[in-house]
Amino acid sequence: MDIWSFIWLEEPNIRFVVLGTMLLGASSALIGCFSYLRKKALVGDAIAHAILPGICFGFMLSETKNPFYLISGAFISGWASILIIDFITKHSKLKADAAIGIVLSVFFGLGVLLLTHIQQSGNAAQAGLDKYLFGKAASMTPYDVSVFGGIALGLLLLVLICYKGFKIVSFNTDYAQTLGLPTKLLSVLISTATVLSVAVGIQAVGVVLMAALLITPASAARFWTNKLSTMLLLAALMGAIAGWIGSLVSFLAPNMPTGPWIVISLTLMVGLAILGSPINGVYGKWLKKQRNKHLITHENVLKVFYQLGEQEQNFFRSRGKLSILQKRNFGTSTLKKGLTILLAKKWIKRDQNNYVLTNEGFLEARRIVRLHRLWELFLNKRLGLQPDHVHPDAEVIEHLITPELEEILLKDLNMPALDPHNKEIPYDKH
Amino acid sequence: MDTNAFWIILTGAIIAINCSILGSFLMLRKMAMLADAISHAVLPGIVIAFLFTGTRSNLPMLLGAALFGLITVFIIEWLSKRIKLQNDASIGVTFTFLFALGIILISLFAGQVDLDQDCVLYGEIAYVPLDMWYLPNGWTLGPSTWVICSGLLLLILIGLRWGFKGLYITTFNPDYAVSLGISAGIWQYVLMGFVSVNTVVSFEAVGAILVVAFLIVPPAAAYLISQSFIKMMVYACVIGVISSIGGYCLAVYLNSSISASMTIVAGFLFLLALLFGPKGYFRKNKKLQAL
Repeated sequence: MDIWSFIWLEEPNIRFVVLGTMLLGASSALIGCFSYLRKKALVGDAIAHAILPGICFGFMLSETKNPFYLISGAFISGWASILIIDFITKHSKLKADAAIGIVLSVFFGLGVLLLTHIQQSGNAAQAGLDKYLFGKAASMTPYDVSVFGGIALGLLLLVLICYKGFKIVSFNTDYAQTLGLPTKLLSVLISTATVLSVAVGIQAVGVVLMAALLITPASAARFWTNKLSTMLLLAALMGAIAGWIGSLVSFLAPNMPTGPWIVISLTLMVGLAILGSPINGVYGKWLKKQRNKHLITHENVLKVFYQLGEQEQNFFRSRGKLSILQKRNFGTSTLKKGLTILLAKKWIKRDQNNYVLTNEGFLEARRIVRLHRLWELFLNKRLGLQPDHVHPDAEVIEHLITPELEEILLKDLNMPALDPHNKEIPYDKH
Repeated sequence: MDTNAFWIILTGAIIAINCSILGSFLMLRKMAMLADAISHAVLPGIVIAFLFTGTRSNLPMLLGAALFGLITVFIIEWLSKRIKLQNDASIGVTFTFLFALGIILISLFAGQVDLDQDCVLYGEIAYVPLDMWYLPNGWTLGPSTWVICSGLLLLILIGLRWGFKGLYITTFNPDYAVSLGISAGIWQYVLMGFVSVNTVVSFEAVGAILVVAFLIVPPAAAYLISQSFIKMMVYACVIGVISSIGGYCLAVYLNSSISASMTIVAGFLFLLALLFGPKGYFRKNKKLQAL
């Protein structure tokens, strides 16, 4: 067997395991998005730990590892953990995080107690029950896959049907209530879906790492988009890909556990999102900062063209770099960058070795100078600042004032003609 | 009672006391889940320490492993404050990643690291008496784990003697602390440092997850039945010790994991406090009926 037979899923056995793991990853990731948005990510962790005693009870009652019994037990104890967390926070002064920690650790203790008790009892069928601690994706039987895969598919379908209700309840429960939506029913449905997805998800990664299968893809997806439908799609995709990678590693190195590798690959996706996301990531923030910096640079350079023109009563004479630098001391690279951007925007054009304002450039420059002087006047007149104190502040705000704000300023100051330094405030001619 | 049982109960009790003191601060600072995260996240540190020294009872390596706990706190703070990832998600993503890393390291060096994947989770306190700590003249002070945990208790008590005021003020009134010029951040890292060291030294006995039960459950139960902070710490220690004794008996009766049984007893005591404590569920209902 080589890696190609894995990738093309030639073996029916591998096909089952790989598709099953991918399906589990995708469905947990999908439900996890809602846990994430409802800020209940760690409740998922508690449910995952709480499921262990349920599985053990299921086994003790049925004496087989039939997934149907195990999942029923898991479902009951998972739901019990949710109710107990709610009970503790409602009827005592303990906060949610303490309640989660208590339920998580005591239920897990109960699970370990039962597990070790079963192991000591010498029942031959128990072998492999402890696989639930770290997942047992690689040893799933086709029957397991069809049961768990069926539930996972059911969950996908549920999200598809209840998408709108889930969405509103996750973002704004009060609003959902005013719309007349059955918020209680929807909450119960989401919780049930969470318990079920945890119950099937632990097949892949085990109880301890299950939280990652819920939270991590949702966190990664959240970085890439602000839209819920895209987030769900991305998270499900990441869950499936991580499932595939985990199976691949287990296939190549059979003594490597699948679950931890799924978690590692999911976390790498978060890392990638943190670094690369254009919206919320490190790169995105850097990009925004650069954009602002460039905006300030090119607007400042443009302003110099206007100020020189004002001095010489001729706005459309060509200017060399030297005369710009005489007016205002830019760094060489800053000036170059500013000129490049202005050229690209067609606000200035080349005139041999010099530069000259275009008509659009002139209007833009006049706008910035106008905003600068308006703000100076506003600070002076309305806030009572001395004329020699207003310039630095205006130097910053001129890049930020929106057209709406400009209109308000104009109205407030009643179309003034001169700024505090007795310079003309330039307007567009009507 | 044979000596093994004696040492096991004593080790369980001293771990419970350490955890109860630290856990009382954690709970009132609403950092219960951060403790959960740390206890998972020190695993790779423990495995790496084990790889280098081949033993768990080497003090410098223990501290190195505990460093992973502080790194975890740092990553979580960075994710939630700088990257603006939701706080609960930051915790979840960080500790699962580090724990997964630890498990992979164990699988990778299965030959060199004598750590069982399952024991990572719930420890094996029954084996504690097998590793006795001998003085050069042949006398013994007890099992290594017990000796190390006692040392930690001493350290915690010294730390409390010197730092109680700082910890107390930053716990109950962070704003006031800031106005006094006390840095909340430093005290948080001191506390987290103790929690990591505590997790690492208790690891062999109770594992990565059940240590969370020792950290959270007795202080939570004590919180429900006490009025002052000092009383709360004392009650938490008492509850921890009772859990240790009761847990051992339960484990012998059920023939199951000792540390898990101790957790169950602690959980049961918590349930009693929740239902029958001074402000418990039933008392409250009775008061309502009386009205």
